[in-house]
Amino acid sequence: MFGMEFYVDPSRCIGCQSCLKACEECDTHRGVSMINFDFVDRKETIASAAYVCWHCDDPTCAQVCPADAIKKYEDGIVGSSLKPRCIGCSNCVLACPFGIPKLVPEYEQMMKCDMCYDRTSAGKRPMCATVCPSQALAYVAPETIAATRREKPVNTFWFGNQRITTKVYMMAPANTGEIAIDVADYTWEGENELVPQAF
Amino acid sequence: MAKPPSSQDELTKRFGPHLNYNPPGGWQGESDKQSEMLVKTHCCFCGQQCGIQLKVRDNRVTGFEPWEEFPFNRGMLCPKGVKRYLQGNHPDRLLDPLLRTDEGFRTATWDHALDFTAHRLRELQEKYGRDSVAVYGGASLTTEKSYLMGKFARVALGTRHIDYNGRLCMVSAGTAYKGALGVDRAPNPWSDIAAADVLMTIGANIGECAPITTDYIWRARDRGAKLIVADPRFTPIARNADLFLPVRPGTDLALLMAILHVIIRDGLTDREFIDAHTTGFEKTAESVEAWNPRRAAEVSGVAPEAIEKAAHWIGESRRAMLLHARGLEHHSKGVENCEAVVAIALATGNIGREGAGPVMVTGQGNGQGGREHGQKCDQLPGQRSLTDPAARRHVAGVWGISPDDLPGPGYTAVEIMNAIHAGEIKGLLCVCFNPLVSLPDANFTREALDKLEFFGVIDFFLSETASHADVVLAGSLQEEEEGVTANVEARVIHIQKAVDPPGNARRDSEIICDLAQRLGRGQYFPFREPREIFEELRRASQGGIADYYGITYEKIDRQMGVFWPCPTLDHPGTPRLFEDGRFFHADGKARFMSLAWRESGDPVDAEFPVYLTTGRVVSQYLSGTQTRRIGGLVDQYPEPKLEIHPRLAEQHGINTGDPVTVTSRRSAITLPAMVVRTIRPDTVFIPYHWPGERSANRLTHRTLDPRSKIPEFKVSACRIEKAARAGEGS
Repeated sequence: MFGMEFYVDPSRCIGCQSCLKACEECDTHRGVSMINFDFVDRKETIASAAYVCWHCDDPTCAQVCPADAIKKYEDGIVGSSLKPRCIGCSNCVLACPFGIPKLVPEYEQMMKCDMCYDRTSAGKRPMCATVCPSQALAYVAPETIAATRREKPVNTFWFGNQRITTKVYMMAPANTGEIAIDVADYTWEGENELVPQAF
Repeated sequence: MAKPPSSQDELTKRFGPHLNYNPPGGWQGESDKQSEMLVKTHCCFCGQQCGIQLKVRDNRVTGFEPWEEFPFNRGMLCPKGVKRYLQGNHPDRLLDPLLRTDEGFRTATWDHALDFTAHRLRELQEKYGRDSVAVYGGASLTTEKSYLMGKFARVALGTRHIDYNGRLCMVSAGTAYKGALGVDRAPNPWSDIAAADVLMTIGANIGECAPITTDYIWRARDRGAKLIVADPRFTPIARNADLFLPVRPGTDLALLMAILHVIIRDGLTDREFIDAHTTGFEKTAESVEAWNPRRAAEVSGVAPEAIEKAAHWIGESRRAMLLHARGLEHHSKGVENCEAVVAIALATGNIGREGAGPVMVTGQGNGQGGREHGQKCDQLPGQRSLTDPAARRHVAGVWGISPDDLPGPGYTAVEIMNAIHAGEIKGLLCVCFNPLVSLPDANFTREALDKLEFFGVIDFFLSETASHADVVLAGSLQEEEEGVTANVEARVIHIQKAVDPPGNARRDSEIICDLAQRLGRGQYFPFREPREIFEELRRASQGGIADYYGITYEKIDRQMGVFWPCPTLDHPGTPRLFEDGRFFHADGKARFMSLAWRESGDPVDAEFPVYLTTGRVVSQYLSGTQTRRIGGLVDQYPEPKLEIHPRLAEQHGINTGDPVTVTSRRSAITLPAMVVRTIRPDTVFIPYHWPGERSANRLTHRTLDPRSKIPEFKVSACRIEKAARAGEGS
């Protein structure tokens, strides 16, 4: 939808899993949920987190696909694998730094969040972000997020010297620049790229 | 008499619960077909009554589409709302009336089933007197149906015994608000929550039991509001609490009295407001004088410093809201608990303004509307008292009967079951209620049901309770009959009929009117459509507290809901109460109620040293009659687990997944353990949605609040022991 972006804020998540259930109901998913959901450590904490695909600007999944089955559309959405092309090799499943793609054995195909492409391309909001009772998943205008939230949207992530920018934003504490949790991102080894926070 | 006519296995095989995962026609077959229409209506489950659009094709609900324009939930839905549409075409749906025989249930014609029902009810009344039959209603019924049940009991049957499952919901809050404020309603629209500066939730598991309210609370936090959460468990919203008060089950009153104590002690009261708009403050102040934070800490397990902090945050704010739900209300002092919340709001002048107020979070779908128009044992339409002569005259006039023929107040829900057990009540007609799962002390309930000489049930699935019936009349789902409900904010909303009942199932209101006809009282039940019932209800409520006279279906659609009271057709409705400082008592003043501490009705001791509390999970609803049949919801939380803190678990050598036997003074059940740090170490928790061997309500006790008659579900005493795994000896 024009002017809308997708924001993920795990600190708002209440673990209700409405997103998983609603994803199944989307007309293109039909009974298969593309949401990645976890209770972080239920014994220790109530914390839970729901994620959609981050829709990378330069998607690792597509880079590693030997069958050229994963396409990024003009509007930045990275689609699920194309059924006629996907060979079910799981390269993308292993390569995605966020752990998003899943091989669905029933369909012998990788499937992942396509941001309800049938909905978003027709001006509707994705199912998960529409129903989410805590708005941990939100699909709204950037001005709205800036005006209403305490946290700040971030879309640059580091994975051991791999810098990834994404279409989907993570809500992070207001002083966060880029998200990097791997010590390698801070470690100087000569010519490697480092997270800005390393300086 | 009324034991199930066949074994549980046979019943389960035929009537379920079976799990339905797929929309009518399957995921692939229907996926290419567009729905014929989108019906704007509301979720059938909890008191949030979220707006939703149902996809309809070939007289079947095939899915849903969010309804983003509806202002309350703006498209948001919990998993139950997302999957609710899977009930309509469910294999367990009752498509014909059922009659009990020695060989089990057999299907019957409507004429036969209705004649039999009317005949048996009359027979019992002639033999044992009018009050020997009772009626159970439910708070998932539309307001039209609720109104009809009250009229049916009093006019068609002439019994004084009608009550409903809302007795297990928010009646403690209702009694407290009626007494203190003169009206039984949450005083604020939900938009006020997002506008508050201090929010305290007590005994309200918002994230799981009122999920979309979470967004209102998070929006307040985004603005900088402070969140205080009081609960024996670290519930999902507690993760963002600025102050968490881990109150021991059954001791909320001590905590609240100490908060009020500090507010008074430290001069945080709003004297001007108290003097101008309330009575009874001095006596209430006296009643909390001895409840200093130290004493309350010893009783409640909440640190004195935390109590001081909560009191100061609330007392120093002009925009404080206190939200409470079943965790505060399900106690033998549930009314006092709620009166204490109201007293804190009144003492600090936090009421009648945006972002300020005491707020009950009503739980059941039509928990608000279902209690306003005569389904309660002591009330007439419009939230009128059944003992008020003027109210009796008004309603009798609308009904075309003599006030003298209107029975007086009868027993409440648990008292009706007690009277059945005692042999005083012989016959029962039950709709929208599954007492075998939802009433406390389930073994007692089963014994009582087996004593009934006649038991008739109207339901769309064969619930555990319905399996004890002599006749089951196949009724309708919410989406199969038009009507209104009132959501948690007292916003009256329009339930649209999306489809006809399947097979030979019929609309509930038709069934009731046909029964009235067969009881020889048809002239009082001439209704062909719910709209005609609503027109009469408008007049019956006119001039009452819950005045619906100015509400029409069309006005609801136009305004996206109308908040009652709405006394005239040109009145916009009343989203926020008390804005003019006037309360609903004759003198316009709110009442401070004096508070007195009592122990719970099932205290812990050396033999039963652990507190047991019960509640809900997000993927199941109430007794599970509906949600235990929906595959995706059952998969999310398939069976009840015992939540237990590692410190208590270690003492008994219990790990996650181990079977644990929980024994109370009533009974024992065995459940797998779920070892979590998110519960007090002296307390265990079991969700109550399941029947039989897994029923938490086998353990709970029948102690009632003396005024609201709500059972004390939220605190029982128990002991736990690790059970042997199957195949490991005894």
